[in-house]
Amino acid sequence: MARNEESRVGVFVCHCGVNISSVVNIDKVVQAASQQEGVVVAKDYKFMCSTPGQEMILADIKEHKLNRIIVAACSPRLHEETFKKVLFTAGLNPYFFQMANIREQDAWVTEDKELATGKAISLVTGAIRRVRLHESLPTREVDIKPGVLVIGGGITGIEAALQIADAGHKVVLVEREPSIGGHMAQFDKTFPTLDCSACILTPKMNSVGTHPNINLMTSSEVTDVSGYIGNYDVTVKTKARFVNHDLCTSCGDCMEKCPVKVPSEFDEGLEKRGAIYTLFPQGVPNKPVIDAENCLMLIKEKCGLCEKVCEPGAIDFKDREKETSITVGSIITATGYKFAKPSILRDYGYGIFDNVLTAPEFERLNNSAGPTVGEILLKDGGKPQSVAILHCIGSRDKNFNEYCSKVCCMYSLKFSHLVKEKTGAEVFEFYIDIRAAGKSYEEFYDRIREEDVHFIRGKVGSVTNIPLNDEEKGKLVVIAENTLAGKRLRVPVDMVILSTGLECSDGVTDMTRMLKLSIDKDGFFIEKHPKLAPTETATDGIYIAGCCSGPKDIPESVASAQATAAMALKLISKGKVEVEATTSWINEELCAGCKLCIGVCPYNAIEYDEEKGISILNEVLCKGCGTCAATCPNGAAMARHFNDQQILNEIEGVLLS
Amino acid sequence: MSKLNLGIYWAASCGGCDVAILDIHEKILDVNDACRIHLWPIAMDFKYEDIKELEDSFLDVTLFNGAIRNSENEELARLLRRKSKVMVSFGSCAHTGGIPALANLYDKTDLLNRVYVESESTVNPEKIIPTPKTEVEESCLEIPEFYDRVYSLAQVVDVDYFVPGCPPNPERIWEVLELIISGKELPPKGSVIGATNKSLCDECEREKKDDKKIAEFRRIDRMIPDPEICFLDQGLICLGPVTRGGCGLQCVKQSAMPCRGCYGLPPDISDQGAKMISSLAPLIDSNDPDKIKEILDQQPDLAGYFYRFSMSESYLERKKP
Repeated sequence: MARNEESRVGVFVCHCGVNISSVVNIDKVVQAASQQEGVVVAKDYKFMCSTPGQEMILADIKEHKLNRIIVAACSPRLHEETFKKVLFTAGLNPYFFQMANIREQDAWVTEDKELATGKAISLVTGAIRRVRLHESLPTREVDIKPGVLVIGGGITGIEAALQIADAGHKVVLVEREPSIGGHMAQFDKTFPTLDCSACILTPKMNSVGTHPNINLMTSSEVTDVSGYIGNYDVTVKTKARFVNHDLCTSCGDCMEKCPVKVPSEFDEGLEKRGAIYTLFPQGVPNKPVIDAENCLMLIKEKCGLCEKVCEPGAIDFKDREKETSITVGSIITATGYKFAKPSILRDYGYGIFDNVLTAPEFERLNNSAGPTVGEILLKDGGKPQSVAILHCIGSRDKNFNEYCSKVCCMYSLKFSHLVKEKTGAEVFEFYIDIRAAGKSYEEFYDRIREEDVHFIRGKVGSVTNIPLNDEEKGKLVVIAENTLAGKRLRVPVDMVILSTGLECSDGVTDMTRMLKLSIDKDGFFIEKHPKLAPTETATDGIYIAGCCSGPKDIPESVASAQATAAMALKLISKGKVEVEATTSWINEELCAGCKLCIGVCPYNAIEYDEEKGISILNEVLCKGCGTCAATCPNGAAMARHFNDQQILNEIEGVLLS
Repeated sequence: MSKLNLGIYWAASCGGCDVAILDIHEKILDVNDACRIHLWPIAMDFKYEDIKELEDSFLDVTLFNGAIRNSENEELARLLRRKSKVMVSFGSCAHTGGIPALANLYDKTDLLNRVYVESESTVNPEKIIPTPKTEVEESCLEIPEFYDRVYSLAQVVDVDYFVPGCPPNPERIWEVLELIISGKELPPKGSVIGATNKSLCDECEREKKDDKKIAEFRRIDRMIPDPEICFLDQGLICLGPVTRGGCGLQCVKQSAMPCRGCYGLPPDISDQGAKMISSLAPLIDSNDPDKIKEILDQQPDLAGYFYRFSMSESYLERKKP
């Protein structure tokens, strides 16, 4: 439609059942709309998004030759697409549509009928003034590159990679550590079934290691991402391993000979490892790497024992960090979590008393491949007679993390069971609330209660070793309040386990920058929609799985991994994707080449053309964020569908009515 | 050939625009040959009454400089509009309010108090503030009424052409006068004459960085700027990006001073200062609110800097009570 053709606006006001109509006087809104310039028809209906509602719009477009449509209803995030399709069906360009949000931004935020009706009229008037300036925009398609990048090699990343690889597509799996496996590899048992963590995880790890469609890059990190949905260019940096994995036979002689002993990260510092080491015995790849910070050869050029004993000659002290460039169509972020180490740990004696452990430390203590071969022992080698498990350490606490870490109640119950089973010790669980929502979780709670575990409702204040009586001598005394009994308690125990919460993993800031993701106040990635798009993000083609978007247990993490795999496979099978037409453009007649827009573009979509002396915008890279339009000092860069005149007209409409 | 009937008038202005006309030097004689000047208060003695006597549209052209600050300015603007075939808004003050319009950041009471009561050099114990009418024994004395805000000429009367600049460049003035004298076809009504549609950066030859970042606002009186590099890249606020080109780069090239914005806003921009704020904000090299405030505080008068010549055109209107 030509710009100067007379605009014929149709306004459709939705009752949304009673969601809108109980607060907004719909008749008044319809009447006010019908009096606006350019409005040919104004109507209302109980559910505009229903089939009869859509058909009503369709019929009116035909009957009244409407060329601009306004629906005053809910948020455009919910139904903009629905109504754009109606316009498309009617043969109109979908961008000749504007939604006035009179539900979330109006009816739901006040009970004052008069104010709500006034605001609805304002929003509708703004929309009418705006829609008259809307222009026809073409839809664009881009090809999808078939590869997928998965960042993070925990259970989530492993599952996502396997699903895609099994479907016959190439996956690059990038893991920061020398082996995949993540936190799940550190655990001995999983709740509520108490099946062996390694037994269910290692087969999957091995599948990843041998899968012809998976390019596994361990000791590697993503350092740069550019591009857009279907075409992401990714740079991966691989640390120097100093061991040629093509030659290494995994014999382990080098690790035996290494004279260096440093705390093992995998064993939470409870055990030592050499400077040449594998993360854990079942690691994938199961080949050692040299830790450059601790290797005597690399620090002082002394030693070299590993090189001497290595028969195949796999040790290579000249190995250097490498950069690899890959192109993929979509990216699955499965960067997981880390256990919180809040400063209050010291109030509970952590780092001061020998037998105060954090949850991940206890997991290692309890693991049959761990430092005690799975025996739950005190520092002096003795068996604990009594153990206290303190819930919500750093979680549900205004001073630390306000959120519930979701898995701690269940793993604490698991700990109780394991302590009971292995030591027969008396167990005290200090909890605020037991959160056991999940399949067979409540039943597991019941089972543990029947195992004679003492459940004390109350958050622990502190742990001390100062005895007040003989019974407390030589013990750790847990000081708490039993809020059900209204009593202050002192409970002497031999071991204290701190059920620390889950936090976003390190390096999230870099990921946020590279992938253009947003994080919430707690540092977790924000979903595209918390309910309806929990594994998608605001950046098309970037998906989030597992704990990087918030604490999850293993089944949830796996389910989200499978969901993201489905997302990535959907893109691959479509082959092409429609991208927003609401990009920016630069008017060459006005651009003065001041270059202000170039640095502000978050998608590197603008380049300077030396010959013409102006900035040039690559529309395929442009996401239509409008930053360049806001920055452009003389109106040369403009955001389609959000140009100054459209916005000013909308503001004017809102203010004048 | 009959002579062109010309009027030149100043409203709220400093007189610089009138002097700029004289800066065309000996060409002023050509103007005199071609035109008959009926009004030019700064240079020649005429009475308002003489203008009132003229037939409507008698003047072929009036060059009107200065903003509309009081009732006299408005009265003369309306009178000259009626008497002129072509009304030219001449200079920054008439075009977009200019320096006088910076007073729109205050209201009338603030201004009169400051000038007549509070200013350090004033002795006015009775706190007398001028009013339009003052009763004295013999009669009632009248002076023009001081308005609550400053208007641009086009906000008061219909304007045919705009010649921007503080003051307009003498070469441009001569081009305008020559065009009128030659009798050639005039550009479309509303044109801004002698200015380009692109911003000043288009003509500026200074080297510009691709990724502009401002970590510090520096001030021109505290440094000697590099003559080859974009002022913004040196942390100096230059209004070139939000200002029309065509001025001949008098400041940025010949005087090595950042542009102050006198050529007015480019055609697609509706608020010069707001646009400059919008353009600068993403360049600030920090995400920390405290650091950002610290950077902004390095420039003590942002409103005055960004709206130096365009306050009467701003959405900000003026200080609200």
